[in-house]
Amino acid sequence: MSDDVANLSVAQMDALREIGNVGAGNSATALSQIINRRIDMEVPRVSVVPLDDVPELVGGPEVMVVGVFLRVYGKAPSNILFLLPKESAFYLVDMLMGKKHGETMTLDFMDQSALMEIGNILSGAYLNALFNFTNISLLPSIPALAMDMAGAILSVVLVQLGQMGDHALVIETEFKTEDDGIKGHFFLVPDPGSLDKILSAVGVE
Amino acid sequence: MPELVKVGMADYKVGCAPATLISYGLGSCIGISIYDPQTKIGGLLHIMLPDSTQSRANENRAKFADTGIPDMVDEIVAKGASRSRLVAKLAGGSQMFVFASASDIMSVGKRNAAAAKEKLQEMKIPIVAEDTGGNYGRTVQIDLSTGVYKVKTIDKADKEF
Repeated sequence: MSDDVANLSVAQMDALREIGNVGAGNSATALSQIINRRIDMEVPRVSVVPLDDVPELVGGPEVMVVGVFLRVYGKAPSNILFLLPKESAFYLVDMLMGKKHGETMTLDFMDQSALMEIGNILSGAYLNALFNFTNISLLPSIPALAMDMAGAILSVVLVQLGQMGDHALVIETEFKTEDDGIKGHFFLVPDPGSLDKILSAVGVE
Repeated sequence: MPELVKVGMADYKVGCAPATLISYGLGSCIGISIYDPQTKIGGLLHIMLPDSTQSRANENRAKFADTGIPDMVDEIVAKGASRSRLVAKLAGGSQMFVFASASDIMSVGKRNAAAAKEKLQEMKIPIVAEDTGGNYGRTVQIDLSTGVYKVKTIDKADKEF
């Protein structure tokens, strides 16, 4: 029963990749409009990886990142984690707050609030797209933010998966501004029971 | 250059001097080191969850405090350490994101710390140092030639005990 994610078919993986594509595409458009820059998006990675390897997707467990975490409620409960390397997060704050590039050195209360709002908007865009695709209505919680080591931040979602298995299914999209100044990773991590509901909603059980 | 052995999530490693055992980026997880100062044999365990009986997937015993600690102790003793000389040090168990409604899963760090301490007490292994809780990540390492346990964080001074 454990690790059912390890047995996904090719068709199921493709369906999840398409969900990631539509969701993240919508999010990237929203971000592009807010900061008025072009955003390039990679083809989403849908991977089933051992829990211990997930931090490697963002450069290793000790990399300094800013994470915005949202719990997703509804028929297919999930977690959303928007991760930015520290430098990217600071640059994004510069843009949002109308400061010069390089001016932000730490995150004050307003900066944190701005980044949480970005997490909120991106998640809303993602979940909207997911709804159009699957007809599953999902609502995000209020966002929470932390700046710390990637391993520590990712452990929040990994611990929940650890209760059910030793692998994580992650739908992950990397996007960046055209000048490479901002890179981010958007993770959708469905709860173990949620995966079946999403897959059956798109007809690939 | 002494050997640096990486301990992944839900895993443990046992070794002897002059090796150093290290685990990167702990959040709610706990790094538990158990060490015999005389033979300089010890181990580092990186647990994710408190209780294997509450979990559907408990094949990997190193994931849990209640099964990982006895397994590692057995291996340390099998390597030649004295069971009665073992001492424990632990760090981790933070809560990375603070929500208004503290759900069960958000407080897993606290439960991990409590379960680890309870198991060590039950096994009569003295806890000589502890750095748990808070809302920040930690990298932990134990130098098996000295028994010194080092805790690194991003914006606080390193701790050694």
